Amino acid sequence: MSEAIEHAPSVRRAGAARRRLHRIDAVVSPYVYVGSFFVIFCAFGLFPLGYTAWMSLTDRNLLNPTTHFVGLDNYTALLHDSYFWNAVENTLGIWVLSTVPQLLLALALAHLINTKLRGRTFFRMSVLLPQVTSLVAVALIFTQLFSRDYGLFNYLLGGIGISPVDWEAGRFSSWVALSVMVTWRWTGFNALLYLAAMQAIPEDLYESAAIDGARRWRQFWHITVPMIRPTIIFTVVVSTIGGLQLFTEPFLFQPVKNGAMGGSARQYQTISMYLYEKSFGSSQFKFGYAAAIAWCLFLIIVLISIINFLLVRRIKSAET
Amino acid sequence: MAAVATSKTSTRGRRRRMTLSRRFESAGPFTYLFLLGVAILSVFPLYWSVVVASHDNSAIADYPPVMTPGRELFHNIGRVFNSGEVNINFWTALINSAIVSGAIAFSVVLFSTLAGFAFAKLKFRGNKVLMLVVVGTLIVPVQLGVIPLYIEMKHLGWINHLHAVIAPFLVSAFGVFLMRQYIVSSVPNELIDASRVDGCHTLRVFWHVVLPAVRPAAAVLGLLTFMNAWNDFFWPLIVLTPGNPTVQVAVSTLQSGYVQDYSLVFAGTFVSILPLLAIFLVLGRQIIGGIMKGAVKG
Repeated sequence: MSEAIEHAPSVRRAGAARRRLHRIDAVVSPYVYVGSFFVIFCAFGLFPLGYTAWMSLTDRNLLNPTTHFVGLDNYTALLHDSYFWNAVENTLGIWVLSTVPQLLLALALAHLINTKLRGRTFFRMSVLLPQVTSLVAVALIFTQLFSRDYGLFNYLLGGIGISPVDWEAGRFSSWVALSVMVTWRWTGFNALLYLAAMQAIPEDLYESAAIDGARRWRQFWHITVPMIRPTIIFTVVVSTIGGLQLFTEPFLFQPVKNGAMGGSARQYQTISMYLYEKSFGSSQFKFGYAAAIAWCLFLIIVLISIINFLLVRRIKSAET
Repeated sequence: MAAVATSKTSTRGRRRRMTLSRRFESAGPFTYLFLLGVAILSVFPLYWSVVVASHDNSAIADYPPVMTPGRELFHNIGRVFNSGEVNINFWTALINSAIVSGAIAFSVVLFSTLAGFAFAKLKFRGNKVLMLVVVGTLIVPVQLGVIPLYIEMKHLGWINHLHAVIAPFLVSAFGVFLMRQYIVSSVPNELIDASRVDGCHTLRVFWHVVLPAVRPAAAVLGLLTFMNAWNDFFWPLIVLTPGNPTVQVAVSTLQSGYVQDYSLVFAGTFVSILPLLAIFLVLGRQIIGGIMKGAVKG
C-alpha cells in the first residue's frame, strides 16, 4: 500500500507523458497522412501548372540562354495563329463526333445489359476489353483498319459498292476514323458506369410506373435517365476533359511521326499535338508559346465542362 | 448505401408477387443479338491484330482478307525481340514498364490509403476543405504542366531516367477519393475506437485495422493504376529516349516510315497488351466490381 502511494507521482507523470504523446499523435498524424499527398502533388502537379502560367508570359526557349518577360504577347500571337484555330476546330470536331455517339451507345448498352440476362459476366467483360487495351495498341490497330489500300473498312465499303476512302487524307474522314477509335475504347467503360447507377435505382419507382401503365420506353426516359443524372454529368465532364486533350490516337495516325502536324494539311492536328509540335515535337522548344497553348487548352476545357454541366442539368431536370 | 440496401430488402417480398418489375423482364432475342454484335465489335480489332501478327506481312494484301490465325506468331514475336531487326530493345522496354507501373501502383495505393484513412476517420481542422481541394485537382489535367515538368526533370538530371516517368504519378487524387469512400463505409468506427482504447497510436490503427479491411479496394485501385501507368504514352515519349523506352514508346517506334511491316507491329502490340489481358482475364470480375462500386458511391 505504502509502496503504491510512493510510486503514484511517477506513474502519473508517465501517464501524462503518454497522454501528451497520444494528443500529439492525434493532432499531427492526420496532417502527415494527408500531407504526403499534397507535398507530392504540389511538386509534380501544382508547381508545374503555376510555372506554366508564368512561362506563358515569357519568350522562354530551350535553345536561347536568356528569357525575357513579354507580357501577353504569346497570347496575342496565339489569337492570330491560324494553325492554333485550326487545331481548336479539329479538337472540337473530333470531340463531338466521338463523345455524342459514345455516350448514347453506352446508355443503350447499359439499359440492355440491365435486364434478366444469361451470360452477364461475358457481356460485361467483353465490353470492357477495349478499355484494357492500351491507347497505343488501339491507335495502331485502327490505323491499319483505316488504311487506304489494305484496310478492312475499305474492304467492307467495297463490298457494298463504295469506292475506297483515303481516311487519313481527308479532313472529315480522318475525324471519323479518330472518333471511331475513341468510341471503341470508351463506350463499354461508360456503359458500366451507367449500369452501376441503374442498378442503384429503387425498384419501387418502376413498379409504380408500371402500374400507371408506363411503357418500357417511357420508363427509360422518365425514370432511368433522370435517376442516373449524376453519373451522366460525371461521364460528360470526364469525356470532355479527356477528349479535348486527345493526343495519342491522332499522333500515331500520322504516316510519318517525326513531328506532330496531324496530316499533311494539318487536317487532324489537335491542340495537344500543336502544343507538342511547338515544344518537343519538331525541336522548336518554344516553351513560352507552348505554355500559352497549354493555358488556352485548360481554359477551353473548363469553359466547355461548365457549359456541358449546365446543359445536362437543365435538360434532365426539365424532364422530371 | 444503407438506404439502398434497406429499400432493396423491402421490395424483395413484393418482387415475388409482382412480375411487372422491369428487372425481372427477360432479355428478348433482339437484346441478345445486339449485345452479341457489340461483344464481337469489342473483341474483333484485337482478334484481327493477332491474325495479322500470325502471318507473313505479305498476307495483309490478300484479297479477300485472311480471317484465321496463321503459324507465324512466335516467329514474329521473336523478330520483335531481335535487336538486329528492330532498332529498340524490347526486353528493356518491358522491364522498364514493369518497374514504372509497379512503383506507381504501389505508391498510389499507399498514399491514397493513408490520406483516405485520414479524411474518412480522423478529426482534424480543414478536413472538409482539403478533401474538396483533392477533388478539385481531379479536373486539373497533368498534361498541361508538361513543359515545366520537363524543365524540372532536366534540373533534377532525370531526363531519360525512369524516375522522371514515375515521379509525377506517385499520387492520385482519384485514388484518395476512392479510398476515402471505401473506408467511410467499410471500416467501422467501433473497431477504431476499440483499438484506440487499447492504446494503439494512429499508425498502428492504420496498419492493423484499416489496411486489412481495405484490401479489396486497394487491390482494385492498384490494378487500375498499374494498367493506366502501363498504358501511358505522352509523358514517356517526352522524357525518355528510344534507347531507354517504356513498352508503349517501343511499340510506337515499330511503326514508322511509309513501308510498314504490320506483322511485326502487331506482334509487338500483342506482347505489349499481353500482361494487361492476363490481369483482366484472371481478375476481370473484381475490376468490374470495383469500377461499378466506385461509380455508385461517386
